[in-house]
Amino acid sequence: MTATLDHVWTVLDAVADPEIPVVSLRELGILRDVRMGPDGVEVVITPTYSGCPAMGQMADDVAAALAAHGIAGKVVTQLSPAWTTDWIGPAARDKLRAYGIAPPQAACGSGAPRAGATPQERVLRFMPGASQVQPVVPCPQCGSTHTVETSPFGSTACKALYKCLSCQEPFDYFKPY
Amino acid sequence: MKTPLNYLLHLADNAVVLGQRNAEWCGHGPIIEEDLALANMSLDLIGQARLLYSEAAKLIGGDATEDTLAYFRDVPDFRNYTLLELPHRSALVGYAKSDMDYGTTIARNFLYSALMVPLWSQLEQSADANLAAIAAKSLKEASYHLRHSRDWLVKLGDGTDESHARVQAALEHLMPYTQEFWTQSAMEKEAAEAGIVIDWPQLEADWNALVDAALTDATLKRPSSVGYVTQGKVGSHSEHLGFLLAEMQSLARAHPGAQW
Repeated sequence: MTATLDHVWTVLDAVADPEIPVVSLRELGILRDVRMGPDGVEVVITPTYSGCPAMGQMADDVAAALAAHGIAGKVVTQLSPAWTTDWIGPAARDKLRAYGIAPPQAACGSGAPRAGATPQERVLRFMPGASQVQPVVPCPQCGSTHTVETSPFGSTACKALYKCLSCQEPFDYFKPY
Repeated sequence: MKTPLNYLLHLADNAVVLGQRNAEWCGHGPIIEEDLALANMSLDLIGQARLLYSEAAKLIGGDATEDTLAYFRDVPDFRNYTLLELPHRSALVGYAKSDMDYGTTIARNFLYSALMVPLWSQLEQSADANLAAIAAKSLKEASYHLRHSRDWLVKLGDGTDESHARVQAALEHLMPYTQEFWTQSAMEKEAAEAGIVIDWPQLEADWNALVDAALTDATLKRPSSVGYVTQGKVGSHSEHLGFLLAEMQSLARAHPGAQW
């Protein structure tokens, strides 16, 4: 059968993140494009955190979803533009919160220093926390903003560990990236 | 525009060698949060290496893959800074595994992240779109690593007499190895000629500013960096890299092409 691109998108909407099954790869901004290539459909995905061990699984899951619907095609990885958590939409953020993971705050800017930056400004922009206060991360359970980071590294490459001082619940925070 | 092979391998080898070295703390971290932190940072570094090796494999063509580059090259083929292959201990302590010193780990991670944050920031502007994209990702990770190692450098330096003395000794041991960052080799010249332009004076100024500010906060003295200039990036390594590679490569070499 000849798959229309709309149909492929619908099929891929059902492919969830292997680690966080409440959100789809599309909602996370990992599925970048679906297009017609010389050998059938090409699904373009972009890597997230360099060290994320789930990337291979994501490509396999997309290929399996295409095969299950009889769609001839392949998965293509595209590096540029680099993925950012800013691509996670509002609906997916709500789903993360309902699942117990605090969604990421806006990613901090990177890139070239502004023209005429002083030497101190050039260096300060590299120092997370030096030029800006750490963002307030509301508790996904009770909504309290009285929370504290217990470890900047957590159970997966994408998460940090937090604790709510109001309801005492520990929770995962999706790191802004 | 394509980044020259040797420069890609240099960036990749730096990441894989430090990632492998730091992974030695997995299951042996001084506290559980640090066990998680070191393993996570190793994953980031090995992930960066995979992206860079994949680019290098495309340049080489044929049967080259990220795996052949990581597992089937020998010591003289590796292009990493010597600093990154050193064990987690100062020069003169014994060889038992229990002699791993966290002060050395933190000092090295700090000196390297303070280099890579401004370097990735420059490479993010590179004319090679794929290198620029890898740099954009790696910059976010390196900034996180810099925050971690800087926090611990200050905790240890401004901590107890014991922690202060050990992290100061680690800096004395490691600082001379940083000269290799600033000594140009044919590899950097080749990269510059191919259009990978790095503003070295600016990079060194940024690195110095990050190092000096952190050492001041940590109440540590900046040691002299004078001494023998190591040449790991041109393939002349210390005696330590062979042991590291032997551990990292043994499985892939015992079962070439194995899949699981």
